[in-house]
Amino acid sequence: MMKTITTPFTKEDALKLKAGDQVLLSGTIYTGRDAAHKRMVALIQEGKPLPFDVENQIIYYVGPTPAKPGHVFGSGGPTTSGRMDAYAPTMLSLGLRGMIGKGYRNENVKKAMIEYSGVYFGAIGGAGAYIGQCVQSCEVIAFDDLGPEAIRRLVVKDFPLTVIIDAYGNDLYEIGRKAYLEEKNNGK
Amino acid sequence: MKTISQKTIIQEVKRLCQEANYELPQDVYQALRQAYDLEDSSLSKQTLEVLNKNARIAKETSSPICQDTGMACVFVEIGQDVHVEGSLSEAIQEGVRQGYEAGYLRKSVVTDPMFDRINTKDNTPAIINYDIVEGEQLKIIVAPKGFGSENMSQVKMLKPSDGVEGVKDFVLKVIHDAGPNACPPMVIGVGIGGSFDRVTLLAKKAMLREIGSHHPDPRYHDLEDELLEKINQTGIGPAGYGGKTTALSLNIETFPTHIAGMPVAVSICCHVARHKEVIL
Repeated sequence: MMKTITTPFTKEDALKLKAGDQVLLSGTIYTGRDAAHKRMVALIQEGKPLPFDVENQIIYYVGPTPAKPGHVFGSGGPTTSGRMDAYAPTMLSLGLRGMIGKGYRNENVKKAMIEYSGVYFGAIGGAGAYIGQCVQSCEVIAFDDLGPEAIRRLVVKDFPLTVIIDAYGNDLYEIGRKAYLEEKNNGK
Repeated sequence: MKTISQKTIIQEVKRLCQEANYELPQDVYQALRQAYDLEDSSLSKQTLEVLNKNARIAKETSSPICQDTGMACVFVEIGQDVHVEGSLSEAIQEGVRQGYEAGYLRKSVVTDPMFDRINTKDNTPAIINYDIVEGEQLKIIVAPKGFGSENMSQVKMLKPSDGVEGVKDFVLKVIHDAGPNACPPMVIGVGIGGSFDRVTLLAKKAMLREIGSHHPDPRYHDLEDELLEKINQTGIGPAGYGGKTTALSLNIETFPTHIAGMPVAVSICCHVARHKEVIL
């Protein structure tokens, strides 16, 4: 049932996943949310290099809490992905393969995901303490002045995720709800 | 006349900020457990189990339940016969500052909302609401509010002729719009009446009311039940993956209003409906 994936996360890997699949992710991923995306897209427009090579990588939309002394990471559940919709197609066009967050994505993002074979994973919103335990190392690699919004390189082990939108455009938010309502109506 | 020192207020607010972020309220715990028993699908059950586990880990390790440790919303009820030495507002802001620093909580507040957006690095200013009441008690409620759900809250100035159906339609529209963005299962507060500003405060107070409590007027009590049932029939479900539990609770607060109006506000919270209080 449970699939395992690791980074780098290739196009071939991405095409094997379907909306609704549950996966455990291990390897290196990068954090980035509102302000970091704004800066990264500005760098792209200026023709400057990004803080990390996004090709076949996964970005986690998160702004973690500060780590306590003796810990590598604090709490870190997903933030609402829709706020990154304005930037996601540009990132996907550069080879970004996966995004982790929660909540709806717009049609432009879905189209770009199909065109460039990207996958949108959901982590459980509100489970920050639980998810934080999957993080084995954390290092700020860019935009330190943004505090919780700085870009961090994380190494995660068995990070539990659900494929929300696959590289074919299937959306679990639509499928899951429809399936539930159909089952309910058939039961009546 | 009772005198309360700034130092006491700072210490209490500091403590409340941390406890609110580490400990899921008991009523939410119970509601999560009941929801788990109700769900059929394995994905829904699994999601609710993770939320339950998460809350246990947070409490045991004194870690934030959610990384969005919120903008600190503080509700103060101050008795007329209470005297605070120094500035009460400054003491509350200092308590928030110290609580977020000492508690390793995320600093999520930016200075200017549009142009600068520079992190204040200490999570101040907090949003403080004051009520002056009789007596010589000072009650402080700290309710850190995450913005994943706050962003999905809405207000609408309905016409009196829209009636109860208009209210129902609006509440359901807000829930549909929110969907998975607000981290379901949600805790919902609905305000009806008052004015444009007051109705949003009513909604937030309703959201903070205990799960399972009811509006004293049986007509609103019934509406609370009906709306919760309808919301849980949308199929949005835990994490939005489809299921029975879209909301754990829906409370309504009301206030008299103008002959021309019927303001309605819907305040949405995720399951992490944090609030801790102290009476001094």
